[in-house]
Amino acid sequence: MKSRFTFLLGGLVLAAMQLAGAQQTGGLRLPKTVEAGTAFSIQSAGSGKAVLYIVGPGQVLRRNIQLGEPTFFAPEDLHNAGHYLAALVAGSSTENGAFDVIAASPPAALSFLAKPSRLAVNLHDGISGVVYVFDRFQNLVIAPTQVSFQLSGGVGAMQTRTVLTHNGVAWTKMDSAAKEGGAQFVARVGDAASTRVIQQVPGDPCHLRMSARPSGQRLAVETEPVRDCSGNALPDGTIVTFTETYDGGESTADVPLKRGVARTDMPAYRGARISVATGVFIGNEIHWGKER
Amino acid sequence: MKQPLFIVCSLFAAIFALGSNPPAVRVEPTDSVGPRPLEKQTETAVIRDYLVAWRGFSSAFEQNRAELLDRDFTGAAKEKLAATIREQAKLGIYTRYRDSAHDLQLVFYSPEGLSIQLVDTVEYDVQILNGEKVQTTQHVRARYLAVLTPTEVRWKVRVFQAEPE
Repeated sequence: MKSRFTFLLGGLVLAAMQLAGAQQTGGLRLPKTVEAGTAFSIQSAGSGKAVLYIVGPGQVLRRNIQLGEPTFFAPEDLHNAGHYLAALVAGSSTENGAFDVIAASPPAALSFLAKPSRLAVNLHDGISGVVYVFDRFQNLVIAPTQVSFQLSGGVGAMQTRTVLTHNGVAWTKMDSAAKEGGAQFVARVGDAASTRVIQQVPGDPCHLRMSARPSGQRLAVETEPVRDCSGNALPDGTIVTFTETYDGGESTADVPLKRGVARTDMPAYRGARISVATGVFIGNEIHWGKER
Repeated sequence: MKQPLFIVCSLFAAIFALGSNPPAVRVEPTDSVGPRPLEKQTETAVIRDYLVAWRGFSSAFEQNRAELLDRDFTGAAKEKLAATIREQAKLGIYTRYRDSAHDLQLVFYSPEGLSIQLVDTVEYDVQILNGEKVQTTQHVRARYLAVLTPTEVRWKVRVFQAEPE
């Protein structure tokens, strides 16, 4: 008895609260908008029984109602945002209306896409982040919302941007750090946050220099540690190519970097030219007998 | 008196059901859609697939067949529409959505090319059917936001949501 009274009282309060934002279509009094997942009521006029349809792509409800009395909808009854039609069918007469359900607040989930997951160091605007903001019912939050983007970790200053969503989406671009390593890319709206890890790897080689020395009947060639323009060592496994030309002949050796350097033996021909390259970057050249 | 009314209603229902005239489509010029330039071919494909998705949505809701959404929808949009269809089936009702006009504007193309957002001011008629009986017909003008993502062969609708105009 007590709970029935409380429910009735709650319903009356709810109906009174909605009165200001209500719209009347014939005998149907509908709210203009309803926040997803909140209780609301629809008031009808007249007497007798009728069927009330609430129809939209996101949800559909049907209630047998008593005309002249408010029909209460509990929280969660209608939780998908969208445009809804209300049709009140009583015998052969029908009354129609419409209202909107908007996303619930606060935002509860982020769809965060950060690209690429791996990139070279020192790239301006090399990292992009896109966030779609959703409520707890997976409705896109269309009201402008502040999204904070933060890129941190590894060596280098933390980068922060605050962007306002437009139609539920916000995006930004960040620079990759000068030093290699993993970075945390975080997007945050209120208490909702999403993190992506970005791997920053050395860029193109910028320093490639080799030396040669006799090694028995052969020539031992070895690079200095191979680095990019920011001083990051290129990863082990990067292929370095040594090429030796002599008397119209040619020898080539592809050698992976090991602990930052590449070394191998080449035939020792007096007057041979030995060059070194990795990718499209060419290092120094040695004229066996004199170095250039 | 009731018979002529029934005939008029049936005629209207038949016109509605057979009214397969393609909707009028207007595409707003897109000067900028954010961080990524939009190629004409992409724009054409997105609009084509979105309009096809409306047809798929309409068929699925009219027949209460959620599997008809598979071709054009994905993610949350597909889950929500499919849940509505299941609810319709449980209640024994159908809904007919007939889009008559779309005013489309592409508003955002993400930098990595993995999502595109459009705003559609759409006009459509909705019929609510209880069994075979048309309960009501309403004309609607609404502003829809859709987010589409590329799949192997087409753009699929991932977010499909109307908002207050």
